[in-house]
Amino acid sequence: MGNGVKNQHISRQFDDELENVLGKVLAMGGLVEQQLNNALKSLIDGDTELATVVIETEIQVNTYEVTIDQECTKILARRQPAASDLRLVTAISKTITDLERVGDEAEKIAKMGLELTEKQGPKSYYVGINAMGNLVSRMLHDVLDAFARMDSIRAVEVASKEPESDDQYSAILRQLITYMMEDARNISGTLDAVWVARALERIGDHSRNICENIIYLVEGKDVRHISIERMEEIVSNSNR
Amino acid sequence: MQQNNPNTAKIIKAYAEEKVVTEPGTTTKTHAIDMSNIVKSDVDAKLADEKVCIEITDFNLFYSGKQALKDINMTIPDKRVTAFIGPSGCGKSTLLRCFNRMNDLVDGVTIEGNIKLEGNDIFDKNVNVADLRRRVGMVFQKPNPFPKSIYENVAYGLRIQGIRDRRTIDTVVERSLKGAALWDEVKDRLDDLAMGLSGGQQQRLVIARAIAIEPEVILLDEPASALDPISTLKIEELIYELKDKFTIVIVTHNMQQAARVSDYTAYMYMGEMVEFNDTSTLFTNPNKKMTEDYITGRYG
Repeated sequence: MGNGVKNQHISRQFDDELENVLGKVLAMGGLVEQQLNNALKSLIDGDTELATVVIETEIQVNTYEVTIDQECTKILARRQPAASDLRLVTAISKTITDLERVGDEAEKIAKMGLELTEKQGPKSYYVGINAMGNLVSRMLHDVLDAFARMDSIRAVEVASKEPESDDQYSAILRQLITYMMEDARNISGTLDAVWVARALERIGDHSRNICENIIYLVEGKDVRHISIERMEEIVSNSNR
Repeated sequence: MQQNNPNTAKIIKAYAEEKVVTEPGTTTKTHAIDMSNIVKSDVDAKLADEKVCIEITDFNLFYSGKQALKDINMTIPDKRVTAFIGPSGCGKSTLLRCFNRMNDLVDGVTIEGNIKLEGNDIFDKNVNVADLRRRVGMVFQKPNPFPKSIYENVAYGLRIQGIRDRRTIDTVVERSLKGAALWDEVKDRLDDLAMGLSGGQQQRLVIARAIAIEPEVILLDEPASALDPISTLKIEELIYELKDKFTIVIVTHNMQQAARVSDYTAYMYMGEMVEFNDTSTLFTNPNKKMTEDYITGRYG
């Protein structure tokens, strides 16, 4: 023992339980990622059918959240996990909350897409939103990848992009305010676009939260509420 | 619920990649969750701030030439619960028995290094072993009450010390039984034979007997492993109450028990002290991979 090759538990059943729940988290992540991409696509293309699909997917995401939560509780009660097993279960439990909220935000974007399509707003609303959507979608994709690989370095990279999404959000707001000032008739439609940008900004925040969960899982260090620089320092200083 | 996103499939594939790890001569397939990236932290124990009760320095112990403890260096903090965990034969009981020189009674035991209790070497030739054992009490896995009444079991240590005053003894017996959370259950039958008590009650009686002579340290060697879960919880609750007055060192096979009752935990393996850390850290984020493997059930 101690030579780093024995990753199995003596209890194979415990391995199966952890694998099973981790698999569900990744499936849930994939579903939410798809939901976000579809929501953005439906918004840009004015595809109301796709927007409806996004809204309907929400039920599946919620079911995943509830199921995974139950399984985490079951593992805690029956296995009393310790050390990395314990951190895995708590990280999963927190991550699915963030994922579920990303799903909610994607649903909001899809709903706004439906309204914006009805209102026939100018396509130029979406220029900034499209770019920000791509950034945030990339972040979500990468953070799920980092989770699957339990890669804290990758998680820090993703977290370091979050300020960029904040900057883009501010830029979009300025742009949209200009539209509103140009013509008061634009206000209603522009406000919807503001909500979309806001939802994307929140998704960026949730992705960062998941990064923090990954770092806690891998490094055993709580990196919430600290600067990106400090986070990088902690991860690069780990005695890997 | 199916996922038809290519990204999802990719991620799941990445996570599910079976890693084939080869050891010399063997091929071991590890399971799908690759935790090899999980690293250890270097969280400092709060141990440095504690008052020292027992200090163990460069301690080695041999049973007829066979080394059972290797270079043990640690300090047992005062008025705290310290747990020793580790697989059978790792030396945790052997180390515990050094603290009141119980190993003196075993033939062929040789030691190197020293152990200090409150700053004084317990192996010094001037040390009175009987006095040391009065200061360092011990409770074993199997309750071992004397074939006497409940009262006499607790009073025994005092009588040996030559105390005859009935009123003094009454007071100590009552205080000790209360201290061991047994008083309410036995106060009306103090003259009954101790053997008539249940296992859990007997174990608490033995603890009452140990605390009657007001030791500084109480050593508990698997004190609850022969008890049912409720009796076990009562013993654990008792440990929690006793640590205000005594330094407690407990050896346990039950890791959850160590996690529940102790302030500090030492993980031993093959006679070595692998990790000594505060219990919360050891059970959430141990420093050593070996500790991690043991407490997560990957040992073996």
